[in-house]
Amino acid sequence: MTRVLTRAGLILLAALIGAYILLPILIILPMSVSDSAFLTFPPKGFTWQWFEELKLDPTWLEAATASLRVAALSAILSVVLGTLAALALVRGRFPFRGPVLMVLLAPLIVPYVIVGLAVYIAFLEVGLTETTLGFVLVHTCLGVPYVMINVCAGLVAVDRRLEMASMNLGAGPVSTFFRITLPAILPNMLAGALFAFITSWDEVVVAIFMSGPTLTTLPVKMWAGIRVQIDPTLAAISSLALLVIVGCFLIIGLGRLVQRLLARRNLSSDSTGA
Amino acid sequence: MSLAQTTGRGGAGRRSARPSRLRAYFTVDGWGLLILPLVVFLAVIFVVPLGMLIAKSFTDPTLGLDNYREIFAESLYLKILTNTFVIALSVTAVTLLLAYPYAYLMTIATPVWRTVLLLLVLVPFWTSVLVRSFALVLLLRDTGVLNTIAQDVGLISEPFPIMRTMKGVIFGMVQVALPFAVLPIYATMRNIDTRLTKAAQGLGDRPSGAFWRVFVPLSMPGVAAGLLLTFIQALGYYITPAMLGGPKNTMIGELIVQQVSTVLQFGFAAALAVLLLSTTFVLLAIASRFMNLERMLMGRS
Repeated sequence: MTRVLTRAGLILLAALIGAYILLPILIILPMSVSDSAFLTFPPKGFTWQWFEELKLDPTWLEAATASLRVAALSAILSVVLGTLAALALVRGRFPFRGPVLMVLLAPLIVPYVIVGLAVYIAFLEVGLTETTLGFVLVHTCLGVPYVMINVCAGLVAVDRRLEMASMNLGAGPVSTFFRITLPAILPNMLAGALFAFITSWDEVVVAIFMSGPTLTTLPVKMWAGIRVQIDPTLAAISSLALLVIVGCFLIIGLGRLVQRLLARRNLSSDSTGA
Repeated sequence: MSLAQTTGRGGAGRRSARPSRLRAYFTVDGWGLLILPLVVFLAVIFVVPLGMLIAKSFTDPTLGLDNYREIFAESLYLKILTNTFVIALSVTAVTLLLAYPYAYLMTIATPVWRTVLLLLVLVPFWTSVLVRSFALVLLLRDTGVLNTIAQDVGLISEPFPIMRTMKGVIFGMVQVALPFAVLPIYATMRNIDTRLTKAAQGLGDRPSGAFWRVFVPLSMPGVAAGLLLTFIQALGYYITPAMLGGPKNTMIGELIVQQVSTVLQFGFAAALAVLLLSTTFVLLAIASRFMNLERMLMGRS
């Protein structure tokens, strides 16, 4: 009896936590199409007006394209650097493993305020603040650990026998890598890239330091707007920003699904072959 | 994730028990060289700026400890430091209270529900802090959703102030902090041998007794790690307290940004950052005694 009660209590608590996590975000969506200029609740009527207003103000579009550009470029750079590092971590030997790992994971731990200030001080010296390159470089630091984590997980799961078979059949190590290993970890690289993309797309604290009149990313522009006055266009832009993230996760989920299905197919063909 | 087996001192490192242990340690093979691009990149873009920051805190505007002295001389700054600790502690306490039963539910749930619970708790980690804080403003302000509903159903007659109070800051920050507590606690709980609690019951203990006397103590390393990680994260928050808190709830992150953006006191801001950074690393060193941090961080996404 107490057991049933405990379970019920736990499930109720989890449901409340779930509501606490999800509801605030979901509330943005009805607010962004509500026909009330003061974001009152409950939402009244239905209008695309706030989205239309976004279209009229070119600075939103500018900030959004800047964000997309920075996020895409830093995702690409993260994938290249992160995949190479993952290969070294899983397959290679190198000295100072402990300290090196600490450096690689440090961007996950150091508070973004500190990263922002430090990079701002350094980039001022070399004129990289308010530039796409500057943004890409610092966002790559923040995104690259996720690529590493994902690709490492993929590499561990790669069946080394396939590689050996490929080498036995006469393929060199390089061609084996590109024909066997790389395709196997491609979904993990994609997932890592999307995580890096989201990290950059969302990132506001470091970006506040780096932004200026010449280059401002979307989160910084939203931040500035929220500080001045809360209006429905901010709800509209928030909805759009959320949709981008949801889209990324759909792709990641799809990739995982495809990977799992392929693995299952290989497994079943294995057993029939044996 | 199984990554921990391959990093750290597993795999390659173990072979070095031969006479030339030192030489084995310094061995680099072809794969190992691939670590270089990222290490060089992070050294230049991440480590060097942190070094410059530390240097700046001792040299700008004058050489010496003036910036640090200023932090501890001014009562306003001391108050902000205390604030930061109080808020971070409260956030940690609330987060742990929610995270422990949540993580326990994850260990006893069916695989499908476990995945659902895991994905749910990761939502705050992957949705923009900014959008989430903005949503909370809409929810919590005097004319916001909660107050409107509560007034409509007659629960309260006047709007209940949550925005610009510490309650609001904590309400917003706990969301962001949840994954940092749930994940390490769950990771520890998952590895507790269920036969131990069964044995306790077999020896005559009640199920609740077995839970409190066997399961809870065994889960403590995870709780300790979760506590420290949550606290570390909470110390450095900027967006949530700046949006949901009032002038009385200023935290060190906001002070740092203020010092740079409004009064251009780089050296002083750098000193504050160094203070925060060193606190972070000390706490992290303590946390690593309780748990394999590398494994935990790696298992986070």
